[in-house]
Amino acid sequence: MRQRTPIPLDVDFSCDPGDVLAIFGPSGSGKTTILRSIAGLYRPEQASIQAGGETWTDSSSKTFAPPHRRAVGVVFQEYALFPHLTALGNVMTALGHRPSSERRSRAQELLELVHLSDHRDRRPHQLSGGERQRVALARALAREPAVLLLDEPFAAIDRTVRRRLQDEVDELRRTLDIPLVLVTHDFDDVVRLATRLLILEKGKAIACGALTDLTSRPDLPWLRDAVGLGSVFEARVVGRDRQRGLLELAFEGGTLFAADRALEAGTTVRLRIAARDVILATSEPHGLSLHNSLLATVSAIAGDGAGNHVVVQLVVGSVLLLAEVTRDAIARLGIAVGTRVYALIKSVSIAIVAPEDS
Amino acid sequence: MDWAALRVSLWLGAGTIAILLPLGVWFGRVLAVHQFRGKVLVEALVTVPLVLPPTVLGFYLLVIFGARSPLGQAFQSLFGQSLPFSFQGLLFASAIANIPFVVQPIQRGFEAIPSDVRDAAACCGLTPWQRFARIEVPLAWPGILTAAVLTFAHTLGEFGVVLMVGGNLPGETRTLSVAIYDRMQAFDDRSAGVMAATLLVIAVVTLMLTTTLSRRVGVRRG
Repeated sequence: MRQRTPIPLDVDFSCDPGDVLAIFGPSGSGKTTILRSIAGLYRPEQASIQAGGETWTDSSSKTFAPPHRRAVGVVFQEYALFPHLTALGNVMTALGHRPSSERRSRAQELLELVHLSDHRDRRPHQLSGGERQRVALARALAREPAVLLLDEPFAAIDRTVRRRLQDEVDELRRTLDIPLVLVTHDFDDVVRLATRLLILEKGKAIACGALTDLTSRPDLPWLRDAVGLGSVFEARVVGRDRQRGLLELAFEGGTLFAADRALEAGTTVRLRIAARDVILATSEPHGLSLHNSLLATVSAIAGDGAGNHVVVQLVVGSVLLLAEVTRDAIARLGIAVGTRVYALIKSVSIAIVAPEDS
Repeated sequence: MDWAALRVSLWLGAGTIAILLPLGVWFGRVLAVHQFRGKVLVEALVTVPLVLPPTVLGFYLLVIFGARSPLGQAFQSLFGQSLPFSFQGLLFASAIANIPFVVQPIQRGFEAIPSDVRDAAACCGLTPWQRFARIEVPLAWPGILTAAVLTFAHTLGEFGVVLMVGGNLPGETRTLSVAIYDRMQAFDDRSAGVMAATLLVIAVVTLMLTTTLSRRVGVRRG
């Protein structure tokens, strides 16, 4: 996708079934325009958009399928439910491709899927924000879309309900065999849901790749300024030590102890360790309150130009960690690419992203 | 009581609605949804009949309808009668005088539909016609209803344009409001009173009906 006016755009990306691509960037960076272009609600100057083996937009051959001919599911920011129709009516509206005898039962199934079957006769104004979002989700899925687009789906929902909805979307992703594209300016959504990340600034993709790869890159000052650096990777809960108040986690590189949480052994979680919270040591220290001391190899060092901070990328097993330290510390410890160091991490600095504690 | 005048008035009101409402829905929607050059001018022209003195409007309509104008000649050759001082001419005049009463509420009705609701309808797979019939018209319904009521009420009450274009031909162009004036001129206060009361009752009933209808819509929607 490319254009100069009115909103400059220059992006090129793909998203596989089962993946969640998060388009992350500040407001006004063109996120929503990209989403609208995929849906056919916007026609960029130059673009080529394919989904599910079909070409939806191709400016070189002047192909442009209008939105109603695209198998696309969209959850709008304010949900955009039809105010004059019930929850069931809203979902049934998107089932026009099915024979009319099936529509009602299919719509009921979809409302069940989003846990709203007992609210099916309510109109949007009788539903809470979270419930509206679920109706919007069911309606988007009703089309049996080749791609599901979510535009800031959690922005209008308060924090507590939000977690639950994020989990539901995550669950949905596992059962659906379609790509999900999520537009957000909240990095929490990204860490919780995304498998791939596209960072957008002024319509230009400044980085695009797997979430774990991008979050462990030391040279993304933009990300540092926006949300702080910190690598995200997967781990498995080994067990809980309630007496010591710790949670033992295994990742591809060793074991980590985090503050205890009610998670069952075997649960797969995502961890995010902020670069600012990682301390480097050249020898294994003793007599510290720390629980985590990982032997690592320095794989890259990136400065931020004028500033005094340096971002060090570390390899621990197959996982990459980031540590943000001062230029002075690097010089003092003689750290260079290839140096063996200990990465020291407080148990409370490990952010665990897990399904809502039950 | 001039029953013929009542009949002319009611027919005129119903006829004006029948002609104007479909056009108004189309045009009001165009003005609400599309941005185009000269829109401000078009909107001003649509509103002109509202602010123009009825006699001025009547004058221009007579010029347009006259035997020397293309429209007047076309009508004459098609139907063998002239437009001025006929029911058809009156209906035509009434339709033009009522344009602002139809277009504006309908335009506001369509404008009140959030653009993402329209977009959502498209992304649900609805064709433009389905979107119009199943999403837009039900949502713009209060505006459409208001347009119909205003037009009907305004048509019953129109005096200046009727007198200018239609004259005062019993059973053909004499409406109830003209008949009231006519009776008053003849010092027939009783008849005038009865007809005035009739118009009053019609006005009250129409408004009650509208309130009930729009409240029903309101309950459906909250």
